[in-house]
Amino acid sequence: MYSQGLRDSKAGEDSQELLDAFQVRIDNEEKIEPRDWMPQAYRKTLIRQISQHAHSEIVGQLPEANWVTRAPTLKRKLILLAKIQDEAGHGLYLYSAAETLGESFQKMYQDLLTGKAKYSSIFNYPTLNWADAGAVGWLVDGAAIMNQVALCRTSYGPYSRAMVRVCKEESFHQRQGYDIMIKMAQGTPKQKAMAQDALNRTWWPSLMMFGPSDKDSTHSDQSMKWKIKRFSNDDLRQKFIDATVPQAEYLGLTIPDKNLKYNDKTGHYDFSEIIWDELFDVIKGNGPCNQQRMDARNKAHNDGAWVREAAAAYAEKQNNRKEVA
Amino acid sequence: MKLFEVFLRAKSGLSHKHVGSVHATDADMAMQNARDLYTRREEGESIWVVDSTQIVSSNPTNKDAYFAPAEDKIYRHPSFYPFDKEVKNI
Repeated sequence: MYSQGLRDSKAGEDSQELLDAFQVRIDNEEKIEPRDWMPQAYRKTLIRQISQHAHSEIVGQLPEANWVTRAPTLKRKLILLAKIQDEAGHGLYLYSAAETLGESFQKMYQDLLTGKAKYSSIFNYPTLNWADAGAVGWLVDGAAIMNQVALCRTSYGPYSRAMVRVCKEESFHQRQGYDIMIKMAQGTPKQKAMAQDALNRTWWPSLMMFGPSDKDSTHSDQSMKWKIKRFSNDDLRQKFIDATVPQAEYLGLTIPDKNLKYNDKTGHYDFSEIIWDELFDVIKGNGPCNQQRMDARNKAHNDGAWVREAAAAYAEKQNNRKEVA
Repeated sequence: MKLFEVFLRAKSGLSHKHVGSVHATDADMAMQNARDLYTRREEGESIWVVDSTQIVSSNPTNKDAYFAPAEDKIYRHPSFYPFDKEVKNI
């Protein structure tokens, strides 16, 4: 999910002896901590994945920010603000975790702002009506939880600990989203139609969040072997669908997939093939909102420059005073 | 910006525990950021922030030399001294 744009990373130029010893630790379910020896490719993969995950949290604030001023009640507005603040927090936990691997926050953030780094494809879709705020919480955060619960057991200690914190908070996000959907689905016919429309538009992009199908996912094998990933893209996607379909039925809404059907033999829902070209196109930068998101992020960063400068100047002044005293 | 490590005391009676880190230009800002980032859900009632460059830590490559000697000193544990059942309250 947070490795959608990663290149294939093979074990680098480390000695076989060290690599084997490392693999033994992984196989014994030992967690790897920042100052432990680790293969170069393990470090590189984690920096990319964790920073991409962090970027996703940061950019993920933008589709929701669209609704802060237009939330239908003060309560909904407060909830939405709290959720957005959480997303910023998740970004910070994750940047910290990536920093323990030797990458600087400034470098990672610069890569986001210049478009060099990727973030989750889902945030390049617009939030057009209020029910989208519900659908995002229910489906997008729901899909994220599926992935992040699995990542709580990832082999890198700081990443795993960040995920534990994130998961606790993310559950609130999903539930508040579903709560919005219930209100809309049980509202007037027009409100219910808005909820259905939001589901129609959010469903497929949510499924794409889990990344390419296992047969096309180039970097999965090594990540699974190092237990950075614990479940395959397709397994997590299926788990998400199985959990979500009954929730849609409860709302009285229809999942936009004619082939969606419970399969008695497998105990899972069958579903249509995902249009993968759309995912790859959005990752490449051609989604409906890629440019808008990058512009908003850059604007926020540039508009905040004076705050950073003032804080630095103040700290320097305080320091000089201390030296004099 | 400097890196600060953040420690929280969940409630009185417990010790402070490491929860993560924040960036800040000075200690005051680190405290503010730690409060905003790590106590949104009543996770703590006391915060320590420590400039990360001030932390002295053991070196993982010396792990065995440092900690292995404790392994074979099982006589330091009470379970090393089994007694008959008749011996009580010890």
